[in-house]
Amino acid sequence: MIKIDNLVKEFTIRDEHKKRVKHLAVDNLSLEVQDGEIFGLLGPNGAGKTTTIRMLTMEMEPTAGNVVYNGCSIFKDPLSIKKMIGVVPQNINFDNDLTVGENMELHAKLHHMPVTERKRKIAEMLEFVELTHTVNLMPKALSGGMKRRLLIARALVHSPQILFMDEPTVALDPQVRRRIWDLIRALAANGTTVVLTTHYIEEAEALCNRVAIINTGKLIDIDTPESFCNRMGRMAVEWDSPEGRQYKFFDSRKEAAAYAADLEHGAHIRKTNLEDAFIELTGRKEGV
Amino acid sequence: MFYDICTVFWRDWVVLKRRLPKFILSRMVAPMLYLVAFGWGLGRNIQVGSGSYIDFLVPGIMALNSMNISYNSLTPLCTERVYHRSIGEYIIAPMTPSAFLVGKVLAAVLRGLISSAIIMGLAFAFGATLNITVFYIVVLILNCVIFAEVGFFAALSTDSFEELSQVNTYILLPMSFLCGTFFTTAALPDIIRVFIDILPLTHTSYLLRGIATQSPVAWESVAVLVLYAIIGFILGMKAYNNQLK
Repeated sequence: MIKIDNLVKEFTIRDEHKKRVKHLAVDNLSLEVQDGEIFGLLGPNGAGKTTTIRMLTMEMEPTAGNVVYNGCSIFKDPLSIKKMIGVVPQNINFDNDLTVGENMELHAKLHHMPVTERKRKIAEMLEFVELTHTVNLMPKALSGGMKRRLLIARALVHSPQILFMDEPTVALDPQVRRRIWDLIRALAANGTTVVLTTHYIEEAEALCNRVAIINTGKLIDIDTPESFCNRMGRMAVEWDSPEGRQYKFFDSRKEAAAYAADLEHGAHIRKTNLEDAFIELTGRKEGV
Repeated sequence: MFYDICTVFWRDWVVLKRRLPKFILSRMVAPMLYLVAFGWGLGRNIQVGSGSYIDFLVPGIMALNSMNISYNSLTPLCTERVYHRSIGEYIIAPMTPSAFLVGKVLAAVLRGLISSAIIMGLAFAFGATLNITVFYIVVLILNCVIFAEVGFFAALSTDSFEELSQVNTYILLPMSFLCGTFFTTAALPDIIRVFIDILPLTHTSYLLRGIATQSPVAWESVAVLVLYAIIGFILGMKAYNNQLK
C-alpha cells in the first residue's frame, strides 16, 4: 500500500517581472493506493500530476509531507523502496548512446540483477512488448509507439511490485494506445500495482479501478469511475443553446427522456461519463 | 556501492569502446600540433635549465590535455540531463549519488589516461627523454579526478551548452596557457603569479615536470591537488542533490 500524507511541493519561479515568486505545484495531497489496483491521477495540464509522480518515485524531494510504501517512509529507506518500484516517465529518456539491449541491460544492472536472470528478463520483456527484433538498434531508430512500449519493458525488467506511469500514451495514435492499455491490464492481472497519470479521461475510465481528480495541485475528489458517474446521475441530456452546449443529469433514462422531450432544440441522451464528472469538478475541459 | 560504481563505469566504457578508434585519432590532433608548433618549431633552439624545451613542454601538455579530456568527458551529462533526461534513470535507481559520481569520474579518468598515453607515445617519438614513474601516473590520475569533478559539477549546474562553454572559455582556456604548461610561471608578474599558483593545473604541471626530471617531490602540491579533489567531490554531490530540488 502507498500512503501519501500531506504532500507539498513548492517551486521558486520567476514571474513576468522577473521577480522570484513561490509556486505551489502540489498542495497538501493525501491519498492511499491499495495493492494490485490501477490507480489514476487525472487532471488537466499543469495540475501537478507529474510533480506528484516525481516525488513518489523519489526523483524529486517534497517540500513537506511524507510517502510511505508498505510501512516504510521514503525518507527512511529510499533505496529499498526504489527496488520495488518501476517508472515509465512522460518523456522518452533512453540513453541515445546505447542500443535498445544495452539500455535494458543498464537498467537491470542498476537494479542489481544477476547475469542469468538479467538476460532472461530482458528477453522476456522485449517479447512482452513485441520488440525483440530491436535489441541491437539504437533508440532513435524506433517509432514513437515502439519507444513508449520499450519504456514500459525497461521499467518492468526488475519485476517491480509498483509501476508508475506518467502519461503513458501521450501523443500516440489510437491503435498504439489500445495496445498499451492491454499491456497495463495484463500487468495488473499479474498483481502489479499501477499508478498512472493521464489527462485523457477515456484512458482513466477504461483502465482505472479508482481515480483521483487533481487540479492546481489539490485533490478534488477520489472514487471509482463508475461512482463518479453515478453521483452525477447515470444519464445525461446534452443539447445546444445560444449560450453554448448544455448538460443535465438524471438518475434514469425515463427522466432524461421526459426532460429532453420538453426542449425546443434537439437533445441527445447518453450515459454519463467520467468527462462529465471531471468538468463538473474541475470546471475545465480535458487537456486544457 | 562498488557494484553501482561498476555499472556507471560500464555504461561509459560501452560507449567509449564503440568509438575507441575515433577517440584515439581525435585525441592525437591537439598534442601533435603542440609538439610540432612548440616542440619542433618554436622550441628547437630553446634550452630550459639544463634540458631541452620538449622535455619541459611534454609534462605541461600532458597536464593540460588530461584536464581537457577528463573535463569534456563529463560535459555530455548536461545534454543527458537537460535534453534527453536519461540521467533520471540513475536518479530513480536504488543507487547512492556518490556511486554515480565516482563511476562517472572513473570513466573520465580512463579517457584522460588513454589520451595521456597517446601523448607519451608521441612525445617519445618526437625525441623527449622523460622519467615516467608510478607517481607520475598517480599525479595524472589526481589531475583527471579534479577536472572530471569540475566537468560533473558544470554539467549538472548549467542549463545549456552555451553556459557550459563559458566554463571552458573563462576557466579552462586561461589555465591551459598560464598554469606553467608552456612556460614557467616565474616569468609572470608577482600579482598574477600568486593567483596562478593557487590553481590546480599549476601544481600538476610542476609536479609532473619535477617527477619527469627526477627533482624532489613537492608534497605541498600533492596536498593541494588532494584538497581540490575533495572539494570537487563535495561540489559534485551538491550538484547531484540539487537535481532533486
